[in-house]
Amino acid sequence: MTEKKIRVLVAKPGLDGHDRGAKVVARALRDAGMEVIYTGLRQTPEMIAEAALQEDVDVVGLSILSGAHMALTPRVMELLKANGQTHVKVFIGGIIPDEDLLRLKEMGVAGVFGPGASTEDIIHDVQTAVAG
Amino acid sequence: MTYSQAVLTGDRLALARLLTQVENNTPDGRTALIELFPHTGRAHLIGVTGAPGTGKSSLVNQLALYYRKVENKRVAIVAVDPSSPFTGGAVLGDRVRMRDLSGDPNVFIRSMATRGSLGGLAQSTANMVQVFDAAGFDIIIIETVGAGQSEVDVARLAHTTLVVEAPGLGDDIQAIKAGILEIADILVINKADRPGVENTEKALKSMLDLAHPTERVFQHHGSAMRTIAPKQDSSATLMWIPPIQKTVALESKGIVELAESIGRHVNHLRQSGDWAVRERARLEVELEALIRETLVNQFHEDVSQEKYDETLENVIQRKFSPWEAVKMLLNGRSK
Repeated sequence: MTEKKIRVLVAKPGLDGHDRGAKVVARALRDAGMEVIYTGLRQTPEMIAEAALQEDVDVVGLSILSGAHMALTPRVMELLKANGQTHVKVFIGGIIPDEDLLRLKEMGVAGVFGPGASTEDIIHDVQTAVAG
Repeated sequence: MTYSQAVLTGDRLALARLLTQVENNTPDGRTALIELFPHTGRAHLIGVTGAPGTGKSSLVNQLALYYRKVENKRVAIVAVDPSSPFTGGAVLGDRVRMRDLSGDPNVFIRSMATRGSLGGLAQSTANMVQVFDAAGFDIIIIETVGAGQSEVDVARLAHTTLVVEAPGLGDDIQAIKAGILEIADILVINKADRPGVENTEKALKSMLDLAHPTERVFQHHGSAMRTIAPKQDSSATLMWIPPIQKTVALESKGIVELAESIGRHVNHLRQSGDWAVRERARLEVELEALIRETLVNQFHEDVSQEKYDETLENVIQRKFSPWEAVKMLLNGRSK
């Protein structure tokens, strides 16, 4: 009866209204046996951190297509830390220029997935990050 | 500091983590439940159920807003969505409709997956509700999975059960079937700005007119209950007839009236003595389930896997029946 499920928050911060990608990823993680909390469009970093806290998730996936990732990501990371959720792994999906990748990694982002990333890779990386 | 101490002091992170422990049925979770139990029994539990797409989440959002803004109550929401029967995974999407509640420290929303339970709730939902109760939330709203006809577990848990309907979902034969409509303390017709609302209302009304005012607690718990309700005094002859409330959750219409209706139901429960009856019935169901679980666990501890497999093999080969096998296993418990 005791089972540990990986809980993932999939969130779309910022103002772009395209959530097809986020939904595809949510569905793929579901099919990998995870419990995915989907929060919908236009979330502020504060809303995301609050939901991550209440849901006690292991992973936060941010889908950002607007180009605002360098502003939104650090804010979410900061708030997670302030709430004491230092163990939460943050992944980013979206259109992220190569020159930003290193800086995102330095911030502590666990992984970045661009267009064409396979759902198998995403599932594998999420599982590895949570296990490690 | 233990989980339960931290939760009692209002630590939200500890609350979130304890909910996970309780959901996973860990030893830490169980210890905390024992320590928190004396602090439970104060909250008003409101169940919200109904078919998928009737607007349960939006309605819960509006109700919670009302309790925050008008009555200044602390509100917890437990939102249940189904797990996949194949992979065990789930997409929990109820928060999408509850964004208005974000940023309020006196609201706590927790999503959970059914993890194989079929009654509309998860196995640990009742325990999660106890944690919220002990943590001092005044109102706990329990939203079930999108329910069909027989997901009625929520009525065993909640003090007040709302069954949410929407226009165009079925004719009057649906309304006279047994099951989900019977458990309603309040019937809500959401999306009441849609065409067909008159027909829905008429069908539900005629169902209520047909209903004989019998003791609702017994209808409530069906055959699963064998509780003899403590005899009620004569005031209990005032039966609660479920009112029909029309709402348009997305436009905040009818919410005040619905909340008032819930308030009247609470008063009725208190005055008629039904509150105590339901409390008793609920705890008895819980106790029964725990006894069953504990006995089964104990059995598996006492009887070796070898012996169990051997017996099973004998049953498969028709050497003896399952009934005989149980007897032999129970008699032959080592130790």
